[in-house]
Amino acid sequence: MGTGVMETHTHSAEQPKHLLDFQGWNRAHIESLFETAKMMQEVLSRPVKKVPALTGFTVATVFFEPSTRTRLSFELAARRMSADVLSFSGATSSMSKGESYKDTLLTLDAMGIDAYVIRVDAAGVPHQAARWLGKPIINAGDGWRAHPTQALLDAFSLLERLGSLEGRKIAIVGDILHSRVARSNAELLPMLGAEVWLCGPATLLPGELPRVRLTTDLREALHDADAVMALRLQKERMDRGLLPSEPEYIAGYQITHERLGWAKPEAPLLHPGPMNRDLELEGTLAESPRSLVERQVANGQAVRMAVLYHLLVGRKG
Amino acid sequence: MKGELLIKNVRLLDSRGEHGKADVLIGEGKILSLEGGDAASVLDAGGLMLTPGLCDPHAHLREPGQEVKEELATGLLAALRGGYTDVVCMPNTTPPVDTPEAVMALIEKARGLGYARLYPSAALTQGQEGKLLTEARLLKEAGAIMLTDDGRTNEDAGVLALGLAYAASWGLVVSVHAEDAGLRRGGVMNEGPLSYRLGLPGNPAAAEAARIARDLEIVRYVMPGAKAQKPSILLHVQHLSTRRGLELIRQARAEGLPVGAEVTPHHLTLTDEALESLDPIYKVAPPLRTQADIEALIAGLLEGSIDCIGTDHAPHTQAEKEQDLLRAPFGIANIEVAWPLLYTELVLKRGFPLPTLLERFTDGARRVLGLPLIRLETGAEASLMLFDPASERAVNPAEFASKARFSPWAGWKLQGWPVMTLVEGRVAWTHERLGVGA
Repeated sequence: MGTGVMETHTHSAEQPKHLLDFQGWNRAHIESLFETAKMMQEVLSRPVKKVPALTGFTVATVFFEPSTRTRLSFELAARRMSADVLSFSGATSSMSKGESYKDTLLTLDAMGIDAYVIRVDAAGVPHQAARWLGKPIINAGDGWRAHPTQALLDAFSLLERLGSLEGRKIAIVGDILHSRVARSNAELLPMLGAEVWLCGPATLLPGELPRVRLTTDLREALHDADAVMALRLQKERMDRGLLPSEPEYIAGYQITHERLGWAKPEAPLLHPGPMNRDLELEGTLAESPRSLVERQVANGQAVRMAVLYHLLVGRKG
Repeated sequence: MKGELLIKNVRLLDSRGEHGKADVLIGEGKILSLEGGDAASVLDAGGLMLTPGLCDPHAHLREPGQEVKEELATGLLAALRGGYTDVVCMPNTTPPVDTPEAVMALIEKARGLGYARLYPSAALTQGQEGKLLTEARLLKEAGAIMLTDDGRTNEDAGVLALGLAYAASWGLVVSVHAEDAGLRRGGVMNEGPLSYRLGLPGNPAAAEAARIARDLEIVRYVMPGAKAQKPSILLHVQHLSTRRGLELIRQARAEGLPVGAEVTPHHLTLTDEALESLDPIYKVAPPLRTQADIEALIAGLLEGSIDCIGTDHAPHTQAEKEQDLLRAPFGIANIEVAWPLLYTELVLKRGFPLPTLLERFTDGARRVLGLPLIRLETGAEASLMLFDPASERAVNPAEFASKARFSPWAGWKLQGWPVMTLVEGRVAWTHERLGVGA
């Protein structure tokens, strides 16, 4: 792809400066982002998977909470567009010596960073960073709150398979209360026309969320669903007494071949990873033809390339 | 009659109402006359309002051990600048104030400063560990005015029952941070639609209501045996934040239970929607609730189910409050803005009666603590606030005397700013611009 293709691409003037969550983002912004992601898919299909689009830009991945997969996906996305990448991991740095988020970020900023990708175990830090720094911030997951690029790659993968999300029923199953993936999908998918059902044990469901349905009844959630997403169950939920045991969860909420039969015949299955095999999903379901798990990972890179491009270059256009 | 200071041309206001213009002569720590007289120095107040000094039953001044957040010298000066002449400090320090020696040391140090007067509260249990009672009799002799394990919650109902009965026998009120630790779990904001959406751990209104209900049962249980110098109030509920908690207090008072309650400036002026910003400056315990709770609390303050305003002034360093919402400490520093904030938001904007608001800042708190009330009349103690009801000024935390120089109300335009505070007849603090007047 020549850079000219991308430079003729127009963007809504109001596209938010950051991707913290989907506040301020509308359907047109998302659709424009997905158009770019499709071009990036084409780049990724070439023998030489690199374009000069972000030459001269420096992207910092700042991971206060460790996450190998998401960090690699972002870094590869940035490098494939020729950006320089600076990788900061809180666990192995001055953070463990007590340096604050703010001091860490201001130190990085003094090195001339153009955009930040931030992962952290506490909700709100990307917002705080946006107040402290004048640069685009991409939230790569903050606590239980938001993981917008995961939701984008989920939506992108669903669109690829289903064509449109208009009127489609999407069931998301698992620990909804503590899931940033569920929250971001609950924001994004209804924006694209989908009807979202969130399902999990009563102790792992929030009281309410806007524009989505909440239920403890798995059959109701999966009934006639156009797609099913299982979430990762953190084992620490059992330690904190929110779930009696793994067998108890499996009995009520594991996605099995049989239960998937409650959904539409071709309904695809998603999982944000990393997966607890035989806990959220029965046996080999992840490898079945209905599984989108590998597409999700592949699309993650294209979507993250599009996000970086839109925030660093697109918004100037 | 010869006095030390003559403040001419003031409007008198105390909890009974406004009493018109006067020239107030002060000497020997008292109000000598309301009709002028000779004095060594004379001040024309140009129509500003003179009131009894404010009294705060609940401030965290952080000494000993947490001087990085606040110390007596900054906290008590901040109090003066807020119009306060009397302040109760909380004992959740490092180490906790749980011995007569620690109480005496605080009083001694505060006396030397000459700012607002300090009335230390002491821990209800040794080390605030919720197990063994402290020396209520000896603490009272040393000057402790109240016992509390504030900073923590009283999880053991049996210990609280013993503590209430024992403190009452020595005439000491016990105050409680009424939240059920099991129900609030790790909650950092009000549990509700917003906490669900923001993915932040919620602290439900039920945590406060359930704990108040339990504590009221304990008062009913302990009451018949509470003898001797029984204080007029046995149990004081700190920083009421919910409509449901208020209903329980109202019902208990209707029965005649000796129970007091306070509300903070932040629970009367801010809601959980402030957390939409994801800024830990709004992280406080109990959490900011909803507009419906604010309406209920204002009604409770008006009718007197809530005795007084307690600031729960809780300074922290800026770096501590710039951590994330899970790790940043709970607390809002507010003692410098409490009066102008509520004067503006309640009296000017909502028509809340001014004498009633003043009552809740003065007599209401003193009654809970068993301190003498101050009236604006000849012979009264001259611990007074002079405030400017008219001039508007924006909250500017950079000017705070408190070490916590940031504020949820930064930039809010307020009226009613104190301009002078007198303690026992002495001008303890004056705003540099006094004389410009109203």
